[in-house]
Parts: sequence; structure tokens; C-alpha cells
Amino acid sequence: MKTLRVRVDAERCQGHSRCCAIAPELFESDELGNAHARGDGLVPPQLEAKAQLAMKNCPEHAVRISHE
Amino acid sequence: MSKHAPVADWASDFDHRDARWIEDPFPIWEELRGRCPVAQSARFEDGAYFASRYAEVREIAYDSEHFSSRRVIVREKKVPTQPAPPITSDPPEHTPARKLLLPAFAPLAIARLEPRARALCRELLDAIGDAKTCDAAVDYTQHIPVRLIAHMLGVPEHDGDLFRRWIHLVLEVGNSDETVILPALQEMSAYFMAEIKKRGTQRGDDLISFLLDAKMEGQPLSDPHLLGTLRLLLVAGIDTTWSGIGASLWHLATHPEDRRRLVADRSLMPTAIEEFLRAYAPVTMAREVVKETTVGGCPFKEKGQVLLSFPAANRDPAKFPQADQVLIDRAENPHAAFGLGRHRCIGSNLARLEMTVAIEEWLARFPEFSLAEGAKVTWSEGTVRGPRRLPVALGKG
Repeated sequence: MKTLRVRVDAERCQGHSRCCAIAPELFESDELGNAHARGDGLVPPQLEAKAQLAMKNCPEHAVRISHE
Repeated sequence: MSKHAPVADWASDFDHRDARWIEDPFPIWEELRGRCPVAQSARFEDGAYFASRYAEVREIAYDSEHFSSRRVIVREKKVPTQPAPPITSDPPEHTPARKLLLPAFAPLAIARLEPRARALCRELLDAIGDAKTCDAAVDYTQHIPVRLIAHMLGVPEHDGDLFRRWIHLVLEVGNSDETVILPALQEMSAYFMAEIKKRGTQRGDDLISFLLDAKMEGQPLSDPHLLGTLRLLLVAGIDTTWSGIGASLWHLATHPEDRRRLVADRSLMPTAIEEFLRAYAPVTMAREVVKETTVGGCPFKEKGQVLLSFPAANRDPAKFPQADQVLIDRAENPHAAFGLGRHRCIGSNLARLEMTVAIEEWLARFPEFSLAEGAKVTWSEGTVRGPRRLPVALGKG
């Protein structure tokens, strides 16, 4: 079983906040409104679908998922 | 009656002020997507371009080397540029001007406005009371963003009529009659100068005070920067969101199956709001070509004006399956209603809050409504699209 890890590409993120709205358990925004992954970005199995949705809804393609 | 010559060919002679475009632009964009990714028009000074597909809109939005933001409205005659940082800024000036404003519009800062937003929606609904009909645009949607932005700026909420007049002149009338623009901008600047004077050394907890104390690279803002940004906050935050709320209510008035579903299952609200934003994105931006280039195989000549249509991009079936269908449970919806790239609408969190609260409160009060019999719905012209007259019948009738 591979584990998913999410991260936000800070160069691409423009602060649309879609990931934070869809998966607040996995993403949070900073004081400028730009997003980053919470903690180490590891995705518990029950949040994998939300992680995928967050990636697919980012208008800037800033949300990345890796399989570890 | 249209005051502009009728359009015979949308690909070579488009006009976003044309009555057909204003009423129902979607078939026009669909036709253009199929035959000509970049339409042209000689009706506007130095020529204008219109990209109808997502790919080209995205490419232009990301390319500040060839496409400048110094003109963000396509006009028949170009007027001297009026800086309103950061929307009219290009790199490298853009980043500090934007960073300055971002904290005031970040999700947590905006969430604090929810109680005021909800209260003002309820005040408006109370005024409609148990009427059998009302104009949802005139009696409801047009008042919501204007009052909330007044609240944020720390100016009287009843100055809203004044604000809406300025916006109408700058964003609609001014597209064809440039003589109205400068006086409107001057009136806005005079209004804000008076507000600045009132604050003297006594600051309040409002955006004007925030900007008076703000520093950009260690320096306070210059008067032109400060006034330009204040005018921007007023112009950009009002008829845009009013249009978004209005278009959503128009959809729910004309699609009873979606209205009933949303009333029955409020957990659909987030996807419904995103879908209304996609399908009825109110805001079309513009750029000016500063260096000749080619996009989508089409040449863009220097000085040309570019209509940057996020609404058209959002309807591109190459990007969004069933793009012409409004699906209130659409799960994958990376729409571009708030723009793409460095100029992402700074007020997007505010707009979402206002739309969500306004629709929730309306549906809580009027779960049953439809267009009034013989209703004449009118839509605004060109740059910001939304219903300006929306007569509805309330209740089951």
C-alpha cells in the first residue's frame, strides 16, 4: 500500500483557497491567503478522495500528490 | 435598440456591447470556439481581440510580458491610463502592491464579516416582507456587496446609490462614451479625500485606515496609489458580486428542479456556488498588447486591446465536460471565474461569502419563487455580466 502525500507548489498557488475549502483537514492558508499542506502532508486513507478533489479543483495546478 | 452597428460576423467584427451578446452570449462563444479561437474587431481603438477557449485565455492571463494589465477595460476610445494598483499593475510593481492588500482579504479576515453579511441580507428580506412579487436585483442583490464594502471601508452604507452610479459610468457607459469616465473617477477621489481627512490622526478599524497606515517597501503609499487602490476596492467589489448573486437567483428562478434540490439538501451549497461561478462568471477582464506575439496560432499586434473572457473559458467543453449544462453537484470544477495567475481576484473569498450567505438567506425566506409573469429580465453590458432587473413571483402563487 502506498501512502499519499499532498503539497502546494508555492510558485503556482495564487490563493484561490479551493483546496482549503474542499479539504480543510489537509490544507490551510497563511496570512496572505496562500495555501500549504498541514503538517507533513501525509494523507490518511479516509481523506484520499478529498485530496484528489482538492488537486482537481485547483485552477492553478498548484496542488500536487505524490505516492510514497 | 442597440446604439452600435449590428454585428454580421462575430469572428471578424465582434462587439461585446451588442444586444445579443448582452442577452445571451453563450451561443456566440460556442460558435467562435468552433471556427476561430481568437476573434477580432476594428470597432475599438487599435483593434480588439477575443479568445473564446480556455487554453488561450489561460495563456494570455499568464503572459504579462506581452499582455499588460495597464488597461483592464476594452473601450471604443482609449482613455489615459488611470492606475488602480494592483489590478492595473504589471511585474515587478504588482507583487508589493498586491501583498499589501492580501491580509485584509484572506479567508480568516473575511470570515469575520459573515455576521454582518447575514444581518444585512435579513434586513433586505424583511423589507420585502410578505410581498407577492419583487425585483430580486433591485430590492435585494444590488444592495448586498455595496453595503458590505461600505462596512469594510468604514463609510456610510447608505452612500450605496452614489457608488453604484460611479460604477455604472466607469464600467458600462464609459465603454462607448469615454467622456463620463474622468469626472466619475474625480468624484470618487474627492469622496475618498474627504474620508481620509475625517480620519486625520484618528484611525478606525476599517480599510481606509488600514491603507493610510500601510507601508510598501518601508514607505507610506503615495496619494495616487492610495486613491487608485480605494477606487479599485469600490469598483471591483460591487457590481461583480451583485451580478454573481443575481445570476444565481436567476438560475434558481428558471430551474425549479435545481432550486428544490438545493432547498432539500443544503450540503450541495458549496458545489452549487462554484458551479454558478463557473457557468455565470460575471467578470471579463482586459489586457493591452505591449509586444507583438502569437497565441493559438493568431497574431496579436502591439497596442491591441484584448478582451480576456474568463466567462468564455469557463464554458469551453475541452476543459469542462458538459460545459453548457449547469450541474449543481459538479465535483471537479477548476473554473476561472476569479481569473488565473498573478491577478487572481483579491476579493474572491469575500465574493464567495457574500454569494453563499445571500443565496442561503434568500432560500430560507423564499424556498419557492419563479420569474414573475411577463417578467422582463435585463442584463448589464459587457465587462461585468449580471441581471439588473429580475422580477420574481414569491411563493407558490
